Order: sequence, then C-alpha cells, then structure tokens
Amino acid sequence: MKGIAVTGMGIISAIGSNLEEIYSSLISGKDGISYPEILATNHTNLPVGEIKLSDLELSEILNLPKAHFYTRTALLAMHAIKELLKKSELAQFPEDTGFISGTSVGGIDKIEAHFYDFQDIVEYRKYIQAQHPGFTTEKIAEYFGLTQTVTTISTACSSSANAIMMGAQLIESGRLKRVIVGGSDCLTKFTLNGFSSLKILSENKNRPFDNDREGLNLGEAAAYLLLEAEDCIKGKPVLGRVKGYGNSNDAFHQTASSENGEGAFQAISKAIKKAGILSSEIDYINVHGTATRNNDLSESVALKRIFGRNVPDFSSTKSFTGHSLGAAGAVEAVFSLLSIQNNEIFPNLNFDTEMSETGLTPVTNFQKKKIRTVLSNSFGFGGNCTSLIFQKDA
Amino acid sequence: MSDLHTELKKSIIEQLNLEDMEVSEIENDEHLFGDGLGLDSIDALELIVLLEKDYGIKLTDPNQGKEIFNSINTMADFIEKNRTR
Amino acid sequence: MSRKLYIKNSVVIRDSKIFRNEELLLKTNEGLSLSSFLKAIYKEQNLKYPKFFKMDSLSKLGYLGVEILSKGNIADKQTALVFANSTSSLETDEAYAASMKKFPSPSLFVYTLPNIMLGELSIRHELRSENSFFISESFDPELFIGYTKILFQQEKIENVLCGWVDLHNNDYDVFLCQIALSGGTDFNEEELKKLYLPTHE
Repeated sequence: MKGIAVTGMGIISAIGSNLEEIYSSLISGKDGISYPEILATNHTNLPVGEIKLSDLELSEILNLPKAHFYTRTALLAMHAIKELLKKSELAQFPEDTGFISGTSVGGIDKIEAHFYDFQDIVEYRKYIQAQHPGFTTEKIAEYFGLTQTVTTISTACSSSANAIMMGAQLIESGRLKRVIVGGSDCLTKFTLNGFSSLKILSENKNRPFDNDREGLNLGEAAAYLLLEAEDCIKGKPVLGRVKGYGNSNDAFHQTASSENGEGAFQAISKAIKKAGILSSEIDYINVHGTATRNNDLSESVALKRIFGRNVPDFSSTKSFTGHSLGAAGAVEAVFSLLSIQNNEIFPNLNFDTEMSETGLTPVTNFQKKKIRTVLSNSFGFGGNCTSLIFQKDA
Repeated sequence: MSDLHTELKKSIIEQLNLEDMEVSEIENDEHLFGDGLGLDSIDALELIVLLEKDYGIKLTDPNQGKEIFNSINTMADFIEKNRTR
Repeated sequence: MSRKLYIKNSVVIRDSKIFRNEELLLKTNEGLSLSSFLKAIYKEQNLKYPKFFKMDSLSKLGYLGVEILSKGNIADKQTALVFANSTSSLETDEAYAASMKKFPSPSLFVYTLPNIMLGELSIRHELRSENSFFISESFDPELFIGYTKILFQQEKIENVLCGWVDLHNNDYDVFLCQIALSGGTDFNEEELKKLYLPTHE
C-alpha cells in the first residue's frame, strides 16, 4: 500500500505567512517566539508564538468586506487554505472536495472580546454562535464554496492530527476522492490564562527535551493539507504520503500524560503497524515536545519503549512556533513533509542538557540527511494521542 | 482547633467539590494528597488559587505547594506567617 | 468488505427521564436543577466513583450514560469511542470565562474541551482505544454511521460506542448506543433517528 497522497499544503504560523517564509525560518534556525503585541493581555511577560498580523490586516489580505463575522481562527485558516489553493493551481476546489478541520479554541477570541456587550449590542450577538467550534469551520467552508463533507474535530492538541487521520481513512475507504485536512487555532486570553493557571507556561523561550525545561509557549497557526485518491492525482506532484496513523487514549489523567507514556506508546505502535514498516525504517521523528516537564518525560519514555537504544533522530519544532494547540498536528505534518522533500532535519532549538531520566538528545543543528519516513506525534488533553507516519512518494 | 483550620476545611470541601464530606472528617494532620484525602494535581493548582484569593499569598514556585499543602496544619502555619489579608 | 452492524444497546437521557433500550429506567421531578438531577441518577444507580463529583456537567452526563449503557462494565477494552455534540464545552467555557475576571480556575479550565469527557470515560473503563470528538450543528446519524463503518472496516474492532452528549443552558440531550456485530436493531440512519427521537412519546 502506497499511502494516501498529499498533493497540496498551505500554512501560516509565527515563523512565516507562507511555505517559503516558513521554510527559510526553519533552515536558518529563526524562531517566532516574542512577547504578545497583537493579543491584548496583561500577561506581557509570557512569550508566545504570535503571528504579527492583526485581524484587520488578515481581512485585507483576504479581501473581506469591513463588516464580517470571521473569527481570528477562521481568518488564519482561510489564509492557509488560500495558499494551498493557489499552489494547487486550481481556480477553485472541485465540488466533491471534503473539509475536515481541527480546532480547540474555535471562536473564543470573539466571545471574550464582546462577552459583556452581548446584552447591549444586538450586532455582537452574532458572535455568540462563533463560540461553537463548528461555526468557524462552516464559515471557512462557505468562503471556499465547500459543500460536501464538512466536519469539525475537537480533541484538544491532537485535533488536526486527527483531521489528517480521518481524511486518510475517508479516502482509503472510498467515501471521498479529495479532502482538505488540518486545523487552526489563534492565541486567546482564554487559553493564555488557562495554561497559566495550570502552571505550565514558561517565561522564557521553550526548551523541548532539555533537563531544565520550564514549560511551553503558546502559539497560533493554521495549516492544511490536500489529500487525494489515486485516480485524482493525474501526474500532479505528490509531496508525500500519509502512510500510517494511530490513535489511542492514555486513560490516565484529564490533562497530564502517564509516567510510562502508554497512550503515546500505543498510538506510535498502531501507526507503525498500519504503515506496514519496521520501526527501524523511521528516519526522523517530529516529536510532540511541548517543553513541559510532564510531556517531554512521558514522550521520552514512550520513545525508549518503542525504539530501545536506537531512537531515531528527533526534534521538537515547537521551539520555533510555540504550541499552536489544535493546529499543531497539521503544522508539524507540513514540517515533516518539508523534511521529506528536502532531505533535511530542522533543529530542536534552545536545547542544552539531556534529561537525567532518559538521556535522549534531540537534533540541535540543521542537518542534511536522506529522509524517507517521518513519524509525527501529537498528544492532547483528555489523553488523546495520535501518531502519523509520512513517507516519500516512491 | 482554630478558626483558620475550620475555615480551610470548609473552603477545601467547597472549592474542591468533596461531596458528602464534613469538616469533622478531615484531621488536622491528615495528608491531603496521596493516601490521605486523595487530592490530585488539579486540586493542588486550585489550592494555589485559594491561597491567593482568600489570603493574598502568591506562590511564585508551584513546587512550594508540595510542603505547604501537606496537611491542614502545614497550610494554616504557612498562611499565618504569610497572609496579607 | 463490510460487516453487518447492529445497535446492541442504547440510552437516552432527556427531560428528567432516562431510557435504556427504549424502556423508561428513571424519571425524576422535573423541577430539579441539573446538578441535583445528575446527583439523583448517581445515587439511584448506586454508583461509587468519587471522581464523578470533580467532573463538569458534560462529563457527568457522559459518565452516567455510559454506566447505564454498559451496566457498569465495558468488557471489550478495544471499544472505540465516537462522540459528538453541537455546543462543545460551552457551559464550562462560560463558567471558566467568568472565573477569568479575577482568578482563572484551573479545575474549570481543564474541562473547557469536550473530549475531556472521553478522557474521563477512558480512565473509568481503562480504555486505550481510538477515540474522536466531532462538532456538528445537530444530531447527525450519517456522521456516526460513516465513521463507525470505517473503524469496523480497518481494524479488528468489535464494538464502537457512539455518543451524542450535548449541554447548554442546563438543557441536556444525551443519546448513546453500542454498535456491535450482533444485536436486535440494524445500524442505519432510520433506526438511529428512531432511537434518538422516539415519536411515540
């Protein structure tokens, strides 16, 4: 089995507004971590992976009328999908194109901006709907004229990885010919305050897998892939293939990962099995690596359980982008595909000392290496663990 | 038993949703976590909020919590020494 | 190759009533608040799970529904969970947003994601199976059928638990069903609709 073809991608994140900008940041080790400027918050001491475009600027780029009801999550998604569309050289998406989007915050940004105005200002009441994550997806679909299967997945930080998995399943089972999959999440006071109350935000740039890591930086991003069935490809370049996937629940705690990394272990095992490969065939792992004490240790343990002494080269690119929650899985899928296309590993920034418990060292410098198969991990609150395996088109 | 001890027990029962538990059932030296009252990591975070909200104490390092939240006694001692309201 | 699927068991929790396999199991006073209603079910079912009291209302609804559906035991640990609703975790989102004005509450924040309910169910029944949570405007039988069929097609899965657990403004709407390779009712759109919204009330 060849796996499901990826024939297009589009992305916006703190390290660039399109694929070229992002690729150039990745190879030059330029992170996108800064103090918040666009998000109006009191937490100005907390670094974030912020996209330095206001809602108004994003709206102008997208040629939207002044009065619209797109949330920032939707604007970021539309920006990324527009790039995908442009690069696919289609005038518009064919009618039979499905759309599966993952998000965790949905339209919460608009709700918090207008929370106290709802009673008084009738016009703002439209945003009440916006808090439903489904509303954001519907608005994006409407913008691109997508009317077929339109679905929102909300499984926290693995949302968009699950969207990719589901898209691949839908094509594999013959239910869809073509589907846009990915996710979008913007920075909000809601999540910044929430993660702060969980005491897992770092006041410095995040240091994934380091012994002295202090926590994560929140980020915002949107990224989408176009998946197509074999008979739709017709000579188009294939960027890579979704070769395997696996999802498993850690069944341990509402938010924390288990000490033995059971959920991660199961998800990775299922993905390897589905891909029909040996674990030794994996050339590189784009780890979940949020840089919290808990995740990185648990993920390290899971990696050692799977790979023993031969853990493949790995890095957490959240050191570039921050943790973009529901979008993270799709962002890292794009990075994984860039690794495959260019035969390169993007570094794990800010790493100094290996964890005393597991002694694993990530790739800390930009590296050229023949890359055929990449494993990408995304683990979410609620114990939802997803692993995806991407492979070079034969 | 001081008023503060009772007050703490009441707030813990209420804030942490310890259903069907009475103030008299919590011992002053009983472990709040683990095999004692069985509180979890999210309860610990909620106790940090409680310190700030009710007593004006801001914990800078969440790891401090481990000692402070050992029992009602240790909590009360810490609050007596550090409270700003 | 697709195997024939059946609805083995179902549960509906709506309007102060609980139905299991279309039979009225419990009816409480309609004037009860949501939290009293949930507690009443817990007591009536003689459940012993202190974690229940820490959950938000959405997770409580899911937990109670699954206890009743499974009679307290999901034996097949490979049972996949396919859940959906319309309002996500809105009820808890609002409570947390209100706490944000002064002291953001960590215990509320952790429930501001609808799939935390799936985490709670997985912890309770020790399931390390596949699970997914979808948001759709209204109860969508096609979504459940489509995804469940895919799950049965590709793995050695023998049971899928489908769940619609929606909650807003204290208005709750719960429909759960166990999909298996045997059972009394065919697994199709018409039957799902009939079970979800019985017309003979």
